[in-house]
Amino acid sequence: MTEHERYEAVVVGCGPGGAAAAAALARNGVETLVLERGVDAGSKNVSGGVIYAEESAPYTIESLFPGFREQATERPVTDNYIHNVAGDRVKTFDIGELHHHDTAWADSVLRRPMDSWLAERVHERTRETGGGLLTEIHVTGLLRENGEIVGVRTEELAPIEADLIVAADGVNSELARDAGLMDWDDPAEWFQGVKAVVDMDPAVLDDRFDIDPDEGEAHLFSGDLFDGVRGGGFLYTNRESLSIGTVFHLDSLADERAEPQELLDALLTHPLLAQWLGEEYREREYSAKLVPDSKKVAHESPHDDRLVLVGDAAGQMQAQGPIIKGMNHAVSAGALAAEAFADARSRGDPHRAGEFYERKLREEGVMAKLRPRSYDLVGRLSEIDAVDRVATAVADSALGRLGLRAAPGLLERAYNSPRLVAMVPDTGLPYVMLPTVIGEELGEAVDAESRVDPPELDERIGELTYDVGEPHIRLVDNSFGASGTAVTACPVSAKEFGGGCYRDERVRTNGHEEHLVSLDTQPCVECGTCAVVADTEWEHPAGGKGVDFDQG
Amino acid sequence: MNTVVLTKGVPDFREEQVSFDEDGHLERGKTPTVMNPNDRPALRAALQAKVRTGGTVSLMSMGPPGYEDVLREGMEDVYADDCYLLSDREMGAADTWATAMTVATGLQRLADSPDLVVAGFKTADGETGHTGPQTAYCLGWPLVTHVTSLDVDAAAGRLRAERLVDGDASEVETVEAPLPCFVVADPEFEPTYRTASHRLAHKDLRDATQQRARNLEDHLTVWDHEDLNLDPDYIGLDGSPTIVAGVDPIPKAPAERDATVVDGSRPSELEPVLSELTPYAAGD
Repeated sequence: MTEHERYEAVVVGCGPGGAAAAAALARNGVETLVLERGVDAGSKNVSGGVIYAEESAPYTIESLFPGFREQATERPVTDNYIHNVAGDRVKTFDIGELHHHDTAWADSVLRRPMDSWLAERVHERTRETGGGLLTEIHVTGLLRENGEIVGVRTEELAPIEADLIVAADGVNSELARDAGLMDWDDPAEWFQGVKAVVDMDPAVLDDRFDIDPDEGEAHLFSGDLFDGVRGGGFLYTNRESLSIGTVFHLDSLADERAEPQELLDALLTHPLLAQWLGEEYREREYSAKLVPDSKKVAHESPHDDRLVLVGDAAGQMQAQGPIIKGMNHAVSAGALAAEAFADARSRGDPHRAGEFYERKLREEGVMAKLRPRSYDLVGRLSEIDAVDRVATAVADSALGRLGLRAAPGLLERAYNSPRLVAMVPDTGLPYVMLPTVIGEELGEAVDAESRVDPPELDERIGELTYDVGEPHIRLVDNSFGASGTAVTACPVSAKEFGGGCYRDERVRTNGHEEHLVSLDTQPCVECGTCAVVADTEWEHPAGGKGVDFDQG
Repeated sequence: MNTVVLTKGVPDFREEQVSFDEDGHLERGKTPTVMNPNDRPALRAALQAKVRTGGTVSLMSMGPPGYEDVLREGMEDVYADDCYLLSDREMGAADTWATAMTVATGLQRLADSPDLVVAGFKTADGETGHTGPQTAYCLGWPLVTHVTSLDVDAAAGRLRAERLVDGDASEVETVEAPLPCFVVADPEFEPTYRTASHRLAHKDLRDATQQRARNLEDHLTVWDHEDLNLDPDYIGLDGSPTIVAGVDPIPKAPAERDATVVDGSRPSELEPVLSELTPYAAGD
């Protein structure tokens, strides 16, 4: 048997899930090593991003890291709206009630500053119990002995053994895939988010949104502004910037062969946003991320041997209609995993932590939020095509429209109902059809003209920092039939653009023409989209390499 | 285990920094002094030894008082515990032999005698590569040069090193030597930290050193020739058996080809370039 270095616990990834797990482990006196892939925690991370503290949650980030709101977040979200868009007609609902349901507080965040703040504290606390945080370490997979998971393998260090391995390595978790707990197969199980962080002087921001420096707004957008692709847009106010983005069902994005950056531009240039964006548009950063749909992929039993999955790695990202919550669940899960280990250890059987963790996720109500039973009963039913077609026809019929016109107050109440929202099916009806009809029937035309001229893809890519040596993605099948969707769905590639990751090529050989896809990972943002929509082999770049987000 | 790194301040030969007079002579007064670039691998080797086996690292240099900045820079780099500067007028204008004599005496004067001394490969100004080996000779220690990787077993009192045979990267040998030992780090030297505990120790040292480097004076010892009990006749210019008789600037090679500058931002300017290149496109 090889002698390996060992720690009681190894936490892989220092986002909110990993940080929460590490802090809670250290609090229990567990010798905890935290391994982070980026040059700094947060440099690989993107979120919309609003972080919630739920009243019903077993843990909040502030309870684990006092001073978090004061020092690591942007603005509290004090006002919430959803805009139903049909052309230039918009009907806005105040969804503050839905937002405030079970919410102790919610703040907008940028992940680079937020995660590096957390990482500093994580290192201090874990160092006290004999561990610590190391950056620029790429954990490549699990260490097994006699078929059993006993630790992790990394690119930079010799293998490390541990009694507990917390995979908080994000949506594209290599550990979860190595363990066979998550895959990348079905686009219907994922969303893709694309975001622009837009620079704005704080005084101008306060003025345009008519808010005080200690207030902030969250806006959601749905309707016909995204070429029928299922999903929506968001706008959050930060201290000195705005986070504006779009989130689409990946299957819909793939089926429509839509270009995500163009859909983002459709939102940015909509006349409704002119009031906030003004004439000077300066984009700080363009970013993208794959988002698991917890309704479908949140793992009911996210553990194997000594391995537990936390946060996005376990599919714990709740996106139900206008509710988008991920980081808070990752925090709860991380801390519960730590609690589970402490319990298991005190019973003299540390390797039962996974089993205890699964039970805690259920008993503390985390699982019920991630996989609401009402969605399983109602939502899934309406995803059956025939049901959806009938419902769509009714909503779009004269009768349906009449109903809408008669009862706008009822609609606003419906949007504010957490129970109803949890049932929302993943079809065009709630995401596109209904908001469009609402916009048409109840909306008023926006009297403004957009002066926003968003940067081209090559400018957006040029602003990002990459440092990749060897390509980390391999195209297994380069025919357009197998991998062509990557060209459109990849947020840093486009059909008419030759400078992206995936390029569309026609090659003449032996007298006939072949339609192929070529790949250059240099501009890759490591979102994982191509792993789902194309035939690729995928891994992450070495520690400290690859995309390096400043804002996140 | 106690490690000492020898370092030297040299003129900053980078463009924009270095200044030459009309005859091609270096203008020392107008050229900033920086740490000899080849000393960095030596610093990295010493730091690796400290991270892996604990103990202390000291920096030692011979030169004018202005070298303090070089030592501060070195301290930040190697997370050194303390610095020693051998400095007085009698030591000035020394050749490599007189320097080695002085430095070896400084090393023997240390309260805790070193187990390992590391030097860099040649200085950027003299380019002789003599001082390190001559210092080892004065100390009577084994010498391992062109070292690219180093593993010190302090408990066993030995080190093992990989070195380039005759400085040739195509031939590598592994050698063992007893401590105390003198090591010259090759520019190819790469430290490796393959365990998490080493990396964490490295991080701890970095945090602790930043504070120390800010208060360099508290950790700096300056010794003159009297402190070292050295006879002025054997050090500095008087103690130097070699003299630099003169320096001949190497004349610039005359350019044999004409260059035409093209403004690439205007497409019209590129047309003549294209018509010039077209005849060659067919491979003629």
